[in-house]
Amino acid sequence: MSLAVRLRHRFPTVGIDVAFTVPAPGVTVLFGPSGAGKSTVIAAAAGLLRPDECRIELDGVVLADTASGVWLPPEKRRVGLVFQDARLFPHMSVLTNLRFGLRRAPPGAIGLEEVVDLLGIGALLGRRPKTLSGGERQRVAIGRALLAQPRLLLMDEPLASLDAARKAEILPFLARLKTALRLPVLYVTHAPDEVVRLADSLVLMEAGRVVASGPLPEIASRADLPFARDGDAGAVLLCRVAGHERARMLTRLDAAGVALWVPLMDAAVGAACRVRIPAREVILAGRAPEAISLHNIVPGRVGRIAADDAARTVLVEVALPGGALLARVTPDAVARLGLGPGAAVLALIKSTSIEVLGA
Amino acid sequence: MAARAVGFGLPLAVLMAWLLARARFPGRGLVNALVHLPLVLPPVVTGWLLLILFGVRGPVGALLYEWFGIRLVFTTAGAALACAVMVFPVMVRAIRLSLEAADPGLEQAARTLGAARWDRFFNVTLPLASPGILVGAVVAYATCLGEFGAVITFAANIPGETQTLPLAIYAALQVPGGEAKAAQLSLVSLTLALGGLLLSEFLGRRLNVALGR
Repeated sequence: MSLAVRLRHRFPTVGIDVAFTVPAPGVTVLFGPSGAGKSTVIAAAAGLLRPDECRIELDGVVLADTASGVWLPPEKRRVGLVFQDARLFPHMSVLTNLRFGLRRAPPGAIGLEEVVDLLGIGALLGRRPKTLSGGERQRVAIGRALLAQPRLLLMDEPLASLDAARKAEILPFLARLKTALRLPVLYVTHAPDEVVRLADSLVLMEAGRVVASGPLPEIASRADLPFARDGDAGAVLLCRVAGHERARMLTRLDAAGVALWVPLMDAAVGAACRVRIPAREVILAGRAPEAISLHNIVPGRVGRIAADDAARTVLVEVALPGGALLARVTPDAVARLGLGPGAAVLALIKSTSIEVLGA
Repeated sequence: MAARAVGFGLPLAVLMAWLLARARFPGRGLVNALVHLPLVLPPVVTGWLLLILFGVRGPVGALLYEWFGIRLVFTTAGAALACAVMVFPVMVRAIRLSLEAADPGLEQAARTLGAARWDRFFNVTLPLASPGILVGAVVAYATCLGEFGAVITFAANIPGETQTLPLAIYAALQVPGGEAKAAQLSLVSLTLALGGLLLSEFLGRRLNVALGR
């Protein structure tokens, strides 16, 4: 089960040449600076833009293939699109907006009540779009797109026009949708926090090209990719709750083949979650220190080492049995410890520096 | 007569406004100019052109008369036609402006939600343009009541059939001692014109509120 996208298009000033295949269902985030061609991919997938060359295949169904002349118009494609600016119909109530796609779609699995419940918009149904806040509007727009029973959901920077507080209000709803509806989603953003919270797969784009694509943990821990350049960047690990030590107020997580201790969580043993470990919070050591408050001393091997000249620091990959960590240290530290690819190293991580995110 | 003119002219005006606002086709500039011609042309000339086209011996009028037995010249229907042609540009302009103000992004959204062309037009585009359509209709109606040149040329001045207000006023002024009647009719005309403008303003505002703007 997969989503394969291949697209080539020449704009007057820039050329887009993109190809990636990602597992479906799942959330695939297209990440990159403005002008990287992310929105072009979305518009082509929705059928609103017809590129010079394009092939989009979802689970064996060809939505578009310019080579063989297959081009489903947007209204026949059953691809939902959530725009940055919501685009609710101003002359209809919230409920009528929600029903717009539902009425025109073949009967499907996604019900009105379920969507209203998931998005927490039950109190808004009788209102007009104009009276809604930006966050509420965007939630209604997401619901409207979902109710059209799409086989693929596209989201073009759905949170970009919202302030931090509104964004924080919607992110949990999106995370819930992700687990509740098993739907392939293409999600465009240039905000790393949305990537970390929502992505299963990550496609990094720059100047019309795909720089790298793959599962989020794999891409986020690559020292040589632009995603790691962000000052707040860090590795993302998929974990399971392995056990609680209630007396010590600690929870043990199984992550990438190692145990990580974090402050006590309210989650059942066996529950899935993801953690983010900011690179600048990771200390590298040759020997384990003693008499220290630290809980996590993780052995690994040095992978790629990449200089971040702008920040005058170095990013070091630490390979674990089932993944990798990322550490941001000074070039001096690398020299003093004699770190090179393949060297054994200990990664020291404060339990309080580990950000625990939902599944 | 004015109601008939607006009733028949409006759907055509909506279509034409939509074509001019959204479609790009060769000769668009020429069509635009033709639509607006009656606004600039002396009304008498418009009436005369109609007479040539729709007269019983004109190319269109002859066909209508032979096939359907319809005679437009010097009839109420003819007066309505003359009016419709005269107010057509007024309606097209108002509707086109509101079509152009409607966000094409909303039509795109409707498309991705599975709405095909006519579905989009009737459920999204038309409601969004409804203030312009209504304002256009009201102003056109009021203008029709006061149409003079094209009507008198094409449909003559037959009381109770093709006589518009200004035609009646003109007729009254031709008769000695008709000033009082002319003054009365002028007052009616003034009231209707002012009422029409105020009504269109009011309805436009109400509709905009209903549309959530």
